[in-house]
Amino acid sequence: MRVLAAMSGGVDSAVAAALAVEAGHDVVGVHMALSRNRDQFRTGSRGCCSIEDAGDARRAADVLGIPYYVWDLSERFEETVVADFLSEYEAGRTPNPCVRCNEHIKFEALLDKATALGFDAVATGHYARVVTHEAPDGTVTRELHRSPNDEKDQSYVLAVMGPDRLARAMFPLGGFASKAEVRAEAERRGLSVSAKPDSYDICFVADGDTRGFLRDRLGSRPGEVVDTDGAVVGEHDGAYAYTVGQRKGLGLGRPAADGRARYVVDVQTSTNTVVVGPAELLSVDRIGAGKAVWLAPPPAAWVDDVEVQVRAHGAPVPARVRATTGTPGRDGAAADDGVPGMELHLTGTPLRGVAAGQSVVVYRGTQVLGQATVADAWRG
Amino acid sequence: MRPRRPSLSRGSGFSISRWREGGRWFVDWGTVTTPEAPAGAYLDHAATTPMSRTALEAYVAEAGRTGNASSLHSAGRAARRAVEESRESVAASLGARPSEVIFTGGGTESDNLAIKGIFWGRRRTDPRRTRVLVSAVEHHAVLDPAFWLAGHAGAEIVLLPVDGDGRLDLAALRAELTEHGDEVALVSVMWANNEVGTLQPVRDVVRLAHQHGVPVHTDAVQAVGQVEVDFAASGVDAMTVTAHKLGGPIGVGALLARRDLPLEAVLHGGGQERGVRSGTLDVPAIRSFAVALAETVAARRERAAALGALRDRLVAGVRAADPEAVLRGPDPTSDDGTRLPGNAHFTFPGAEGDSLLYLLDSAGVQASTGSACQAGVPQPSHVLLAMGVPELEARGALRFSLGATSTAADVDRLVAALPQVVQRARAAGLVSAPAGAGGTA
Repeated sequence: MRVLAAMSGGVDSAVAAALAVEAGHDVVGVHMALSRNRDQFRTGSRGCCSIEDAGDARRAADVLGIPYYVWDLSERFEETVVADFLSEYEAGRTPNPCVRCNEHIKFEALLDKATALGFDAVATGHYARVVTHEAPDGTVTRELHRSPNDEKDQSYVLAVMGPDRLARAMFPLGGFASKAEVRAEAERRGLSVSAKPDSYDICFVADGDTRGFLRDRLGSRPGEVVDTDGAVVGEHDGAYAYTVGQRKGLGLGRPAADGRARYVVDVQTSTNTVVVGPAELLSVDRIGAGKAVWLAPPPAAWVDDVEVQVRAHGAPVPARVRATTGTPGRDGAAADDGVPGMELHLTGTPLRGVAAGQSVVVYRGTQVLGQATVADAWRG
Repeated sequence: MRPRRPSLSRGSGFSISRWREGGRWFVDWGTVTTPEAPAGAYLDHAATTPMSRTALEAYVAEAGRTGNASSLHSAGRAARRAVEESRESVAASLGARPSEVIFTGGGTESDNLAIKGIFWGRRRTDPRRTRVLVSAVEHHAVLDPAFWLAGHAGAEIVLLPVDGDGRLDLAALRAELTEHGDEVALVSVMWANNEVGTLQPVRDVVRLAHQHGVPVHTDAVQAVGQVEVDFAASGVDAMTVTAHKLGGPIGVGALLARRDLPLEAVLHGGGQERGVRSGTLDVPAIRSFAVALAETVAARRERAAALGALRDRLVAGVRAADPEAVLRGPDPTSDDGTRLPGNAHFTFPGAEGDSLLYLLDSAGVQASTGSACQAGVPQPSHVLLAMGVPELEARGALRFSLGATSTAADVDRLVAALPQVVQRARAAGLVSAPAGAGGTA
């Protein structure tokens, strides 16, 4: 196959490219330039967007003996991932830019361009497995599964892609049980990125300062922090910078009357108000989510034996799920926009701090059944 | 046989490497000084050229000798002699006097020395002269030092406009000089553009600038070897040339500068090159540069005709392969000396340069998007934008540049590959164009 290996400059994508080469594919390395402004994204060796990273990717491609190109996807990145990040925060929701990047950049802009240029697949260094079944009639179905490496598993951020995109994706690191193994593979092949530190931060936010980034882009919008009775307990510089479930950085001058920790329980962007309250207000066991993508047949009736995960590295919790048309809301209300959604009942411990905008992924065992974007979460 | 580090035979000028093994001498004839042509069809001579065999031989022969040209002993004198012979040769090839040749580390350094050195030199005697006039289509090696001066030394940069073919608007220059003539430190206008091959009216620039006592620098990096370049006859005060665009080694060039031109040093140190460019002289590179330059200038007339014919074949072939392709820059068929004979430049509507580049590369054809790359990211060319090409069209640019080693087979390989390449790149362009630019997103 002709395979385009997306090479970030990190160790994972370098080893993924190496494995694609060794599997006998005709591989071309491509580094996606996601910013034209070399100062905008963080510098240093930990990013996926810096000049050093582009150089590291080039060196890895040299070592593998494959052609290497830099493709400029900065405009698409700005108008999808960054714009979504800003508008979601502005609307009081909590976006996951890595999910949006996989959705719009890696497995849309890059994948579609690669397909048009004659590539059969895009290989990335994600930790997830694709399991293929071939029916007797020749029909091929593909399942997305968790990586055996619990710590690194990235099925959560990949679940957003639909089945047709999954068919053109290749995750050569899917079978690796540990990062140390991947580093050893890199070292064995003489890839100098073998010891490069992992990246965790959002690549377009310098120094991990999300609030500073939001203020730069959205401007200062001072407002009030109130408690659940409506009493003003503090001030803020922009409600958009707060996330439901947040405890740190609230900057409240005096402690609550009952002395208990306070959390952000609501972000009301219409009135530019941040509401704080006790932890129990954050507990939810009902989730209504929209923009559902199913990687397995959508369950029209309730299915009981699933688990849901609402954060990239959050623990999965038991739940039941059903597919909906439109986005289900509390008290049986539903926004029927005709877009597929899903309704979730958590059957074990409630979750705390589920914010609108988060990605929710439904698993059965290791298999990803579907993904959607949280619209609302409440106590049933 | 274990590989041994070859020792070079001295003083022969030939490509002999030899080593001793088990009491016997082994000789490897020719491997060292046989220039290796790039694989496939190499249509990127404006980026760099293969070294000529004689230039490589001269380089290797000189690299085997020891001697600092600034040393006073016999080894130093031998090195100095090689440098001065080379200086005379370079001067003779370019219509300059030997004392006007300042050897540098290449085109970028020469441009930096000219822009900064003349600016500072002029300002020292006349502090009002803070304006730097450069054409909007200059190479970044001219533009960036000029803008650096604006940021760090109080310079005011005036970008002189060009017409749709990339040719300098002389009326704009005249108006600027009429209004601000006594505030202008220098004018820099390239001899030939590196992207679209447009030849600039350098003599007219000189005539206008000198009326106001303003010195003129020209970057002639792309022109030498393709069109006649005569330093004295052109009237320019400073001129940039580089070796690797004409069959010489990378990393050596010269700034030709009139002796009466105020020129401050950029590199300070041992005082070489009349104190303007310190640094131990790179004797093998300088010798090889002189040899390549003499060779290319001697062959120029004949070679230019051959390049022009090949270029016409290329232009006709590209147009036949893709009727939508738009030729950028002056009409090459007019052959009135308005364009480099080895340059062809097209935009392919609906396709992106990086897609075209990749697809051609995988078909064994090496070309360039022609624009400067930052961190490897192709930017829409400032040259095309200055010519009034819309940004969306500028994204689909490809430059083909022919040189001494180009053949009809190279051109034919491009033309054969092009229809499918353009078709694919257009399909990819549709899916990857930004939403605001009419894509599907």
